[in-house]
This record gives sequence, C-alpha cells and structure tokens, in this order.
Amino acid sequence: MTEAAVLPSGALADPPQAPTLLYLDGITVTFDGFRALDSLSLILAPGELRAVIGPNGAGKTTMMDVITGKTRPDAGRALFRDEHDLTRLDEAAIAELGIGRKFQKPTVFETQTVWDNVLLALAGDRRARRAFRFGETAEERERIEQVLTTVRLLEHRHRLAGGLSHGQKQWLEIAMLLAQDPELLLVDEPVAGMTDAETEQTAELLVAINRDHSVIVVEHDMHFVRALGCKVTCLHEGRVLAEGSIDRVSNDPRVIEVYLGR
Amino acid sequence: MLRALIGDRAVVMVAALVLAGAIGVAFANQSLPPTHELHASVFAVGLIGKYLCFALLALAIDLVWGYAGILSLGHGVFWGLGGYAMGMHLMRLIGPRGVYGHPVLPDFMVFLNWTELPWYWRGFDQAWFALLMVVLVPSVLAFVFGWLAFRSRVTGVYLSIITQALTYATMLAFFRNDMGFGGNNGLTDFRELFGFSLRDDGTRVGLMLASAVAVVLGLILCRLIVASRFGKVLIAVRDAESRVRFLGYRPEAYKLAALVVSAALAGIAGALYVPQVGIINPSEFAPTFSIEAVIWVAVGGRGTLAGAVLGAVLVNALKSWFTTAMPDLWLFALGGLFILVTLLMPKGVLGLVSALPTAFSRRGVIAERPA
Repeated sequence: MTEAAVLPSGALADPPQAPTLLYLDGITVTFDGFRALDSLSLILAPGELRAVIGPNGAGKTTMMDVITGKTRPDAGRALFRDEHDLTRLDEAAIAELGIGRKFQKPTVFETQTVWDNVLLALAGDRRARRAFRFGETAEERERIEQVLTTVRLLEHRHRLAGGLSHGQKQWLEIAMLLAQDPELLLVDEPVAGMTDAETEQTAELLVAINRDHSVIVVEHDMHFVRALGCKVTCLHEGRVLAEGSIDRVSNDPRVIEVYLGR
Repeated sequence: MLRALIGDRAVVMVAALVLAGAIGVAFANQSLPPTHELHASVFAVGLIGKYLCFALLALAIDLVWGYAGILSLGHGVFWGLGGYAMGMHLMRLIGPRGVYGHPVLPDFMVFLNWTELPWYWRGFDQAWFALLMVVLVPSVLAFVFGWLAFRSRVTGVYLSIITQALTYATMLAFFRNDMGFGGNNGLTDFRELFGFSLRDDGTRVGLMLASAVAVVLGLILCRLIVASRFGKVLIAVRDAESRVRFLGYRPEAYKLAALVVSAALAGIAGALYVPQVGIINPSEFAPTFSIEAVIWVAVGGRGTLAGAVLGAVLVNALKSWFTTAMPDLWLFALGGLFILVTLLMPKGVLGLVSALPTAFSRRGVIAERPA
C-alpha cells in the first residue's frame, strides 16, 4: 500500500490524479511575520501511513493545527477526500468528517475514568440535546472493551486517567482515537517520554492501526520512524525538504545538514 | 438513571438532611408550644428558609462553575431577575390595598405620577404568568449572554469579568426610577401569595418547606445532569476544552445548556427568597453578593453539588452569628475563610468530611464504577 502511494517528490505542484485522502495545497501560515508554513504541499493516499520529521520549528505541529481546524492558514487549501476544504471548517466539523488527533502532550480527561475517556471519544451523536443518556449500550460497551484491550488498558478501566503513567496516558489517547474511529489519524510525537519497550510497542500498535486507518505521525525518534517502515516527509522552515523511503530521506544531504547531521 | 441518581452518597445524604431539617423546623414551630425548649420561632423559620434559597443559588453556581468551568461572578443577576418577577406578582396582588389606594398601580408608580401600568407589568397579576417569567426571564438572558460569549470563545477570567459587569450594569439600571421597578427602594409591602397572607406563620412555614423541596429537586436535577453523558462531556470541557472540540463536540452548546439550567435555578431561588424576606431591591444585583455566593460554593466544595448546599448554609449561619455578635468583623472573617479554604481545603468542607474515612484506610485512586 505505502509503496504504491509513493510519488516522486517535486511532483506536488499539479493536482493529484490518483485518489487522495488529504491534499494540502500551498498552505501558508504566518505568525507575526514568521512563516510557520511556507506554501506547504503534501499528498496522502487513502490507507497510507506517513511519518513527518523535521527540526524544531519546521512547522510539523502547525501543519496538524491547520488540518484539524485549530489554525486558519493565510493561503492555500486543505482538501479532504477531494471534496471538503478543511480550511473553511471548525474543529468539531473536521472531527466529524473523520479526522482525529493525538496531541504532543498527552491530553486525556484526568478527572474521569479510563472507561469514560474512551466512552466520550466513541463515535456517535455529539449533539448536546441528545446527550441526556445514562450508562452505555451493549454495543458501546463491547467497543470500549475491544479498544481498551488493543492498547492493553482494560484492567485499568476503573482508574482515573490522571493516575495513569505517562506512557499509559499516551496509549489511552490512542485508544480514544480508535474509539473515535476516524478515517485519518494525526499523531503528534506519540513516543516522547516513553521507554524503549513502550516505544517498540507503540510502533507495532500504529502499524496495526494503519490496517484500517490512514495515519500521519510526527516524530523525532528516528528508531521509531524506522520501525514504522513507511514513507517519510521531512519538513524544514515550513516546506517539504525531502520525501520518500526512510533510507532515501535519511541519506539526503540536505536532510543530514539541517536535521540529522548534528 | 436511578443508579446514577443515588450514585453520589453525599448528594443523597445532604438531600435527606435538607428535607428532614426543614420538616423538623416546621414541626418545632407549628406543633411545639412556644414555652417548649425546642420550639422554633418564626424568625428561625424565616432564617432557615433564606438559607435554603441561598443553597439553591449555590447549587446553580456549582453546576456551571464546578462542572463546566464557567466561573460566574454575576449569578446575582439571574437570582435578582427571578426575585423581581416574583416581586411584581406580589405587588400586583396588593391591588387597591396600597397606601394610595389605586386599583391597579403599585404605590411607587402613583408616587411618580404615572397614570397607567407599563406594558411589561401586564400579566403579572396572574400567578402562572409570573411563575413562568421567574424561569423564563433569567433563562433567556443566560441564553443570549452565553450564546454571544461562548460562540466568541470567551473563557476564564475574561468571562468572569463580563458576568460581573452584567450584574453591575443591571443593578445600575434597576436603581433608576423610570425603569419602572421601584428604583432604589425596590418592591415591598407585599400582602399575600396564592391567597395566603404573608404575615401568617403558616405561610412562612410553607414557603420554607417549599424552599427545601426546591433544593432537593434542584439536587436531583443537577445530579442527573452531571451523571449523564451530557455531564461527562461538561466535565471534559471543564478540564480540556480544546481536546473536546477535536473529538467532534461543540463545547459551546453544552456550556450554553448548563448556563441556562443554572440561570433558571437561580431565578427560582430568587423567587422563593423574595416573599420570605418581604422585599426585593437592586442590592440583590450587587457584585459583592454574587462573589459571596461563589465563596459559599468554594467553602462547601466546588464540583460536588452537595458541598454547594452545605457551604451556603454553613457560611450564612456563620454570617448570621457574626453580624449579631461582631458585625464589624464579618467581612474579615469571610475573606479569611475564603483564603483558608483555598489554601488548605481545595475540596472544601465536603472534601474534608469525605477524606476522613479513607484517611484511615487507603488513599484511593479507584473511582466509582461507571454507572
């Protein structure tokens, strides 16, 4: 799947011909004169797993912010499934379209149980007037158990999320993404602060998740990126510096200079 | 639903305490002879009734502050509007028995040489209309205010300041005589409600009992709200609003619904308060009153519902005692209490009480089973 989706870098100027899930087209974001994204273009094929790397300030998180509606770009389009321009929608509408996000710092609802955290994320009617319900349906219960089993948190389901370890919180957030069941998952630095064993497990988890979902992972940990075995995009100063297999990108002299070399 | 309702033991216990206490006081007033040492005076009945109204107001504040993270420093505006709606009804019921003996116009309008009733006073002679307005006026104001504020994503201290400005502006408006609400004297000299004379001891007891029932119903409603899926989303909004957006919820809709329910409860509390104290004037909109109400919640325990009720009764009982024993020291005591609670008891009195049993066993991180 991932190999088939590889396009030669530099072929991004024209609108894509093959079916695309996400098409960022000339996205520019300026903060007080600083160009966080400088007409960034990027194509993601349906079902693809993509790692995004790059030095601090390269625009990785800003790119996530644009895709999820947190930041409005000054210029450019972000087409989802060729039809929805994400730059015109708000966070809730984008989430409803099927884009989920995991933050760099694990953000779970600390005062609620692991179970309730997943329940809140579970796909379903989000309207306030439909929310006066108690407990969960058998279907929902089964789905929550399934998701918690996937991330190995089932036995912790009655604990408050705030009491989990850092790594467990990261997994809980991934569980919440799974429960949300988005078509596209944006995962920001999932292994920051994890032990080596946890990092490895997380890589396996993301590869497993990729069987049913398209995933974009932002990560600094090159071992982790290598373990994902997917196409890599390296950002620098708000643009795509290099794109391709991990070997190709990590041997690119420009990438070595700005990012890997030091 | 029933399981969710009784899932919070503190709420169940405080509700039972409120009912039992109110019935006990009613009995001690009505059935025990004045010579009996447990006899409750009408003054005591009135005092308890007032505390219960404050408790309902505190509950309303706790719903939005404790569960949705909306620190309203202006809940007095909803309380006051509910009170004024009730006051207008009581004024209309005076009829021709006023000092000036005008068949329709309340005394203060005759005094201002007005010749006819302003349009917004129409309908208030009907009890059903007045009761509807008690709920509707605060709710509509909360809806409009909340819609504007939450849509523009005004949160935190900015929102608190705006709520404070809202109640202050309302106070200034109601001070004006030509607003038609009695200016700085407000509305008073009430005679009867639902055909019962407000000077009867029985009516006073009835109003106190009605306030107790309102507090219990308020506790039930709020408990159901916070235990439902709606409440879980609300708590999530309180703790991490932007995260909730990325899950596909619209926090503003949830916050708006909570604020409207809260405003309605505050309005009902104000409406129960007015016939018991016999007057409503613009001082109910004073910013200090709204802030005091927030302190009751903090003292009792924010985000616990039961704590709000406890805190309102405790602080006001303390206030009653202080203002007779050493009136000059009350504000210092209140300030000191607030600092003390904030520093030493972040979960308030209720947190202290519920920490006692577990302090001897284990320090639990295990929450109750999701209902």
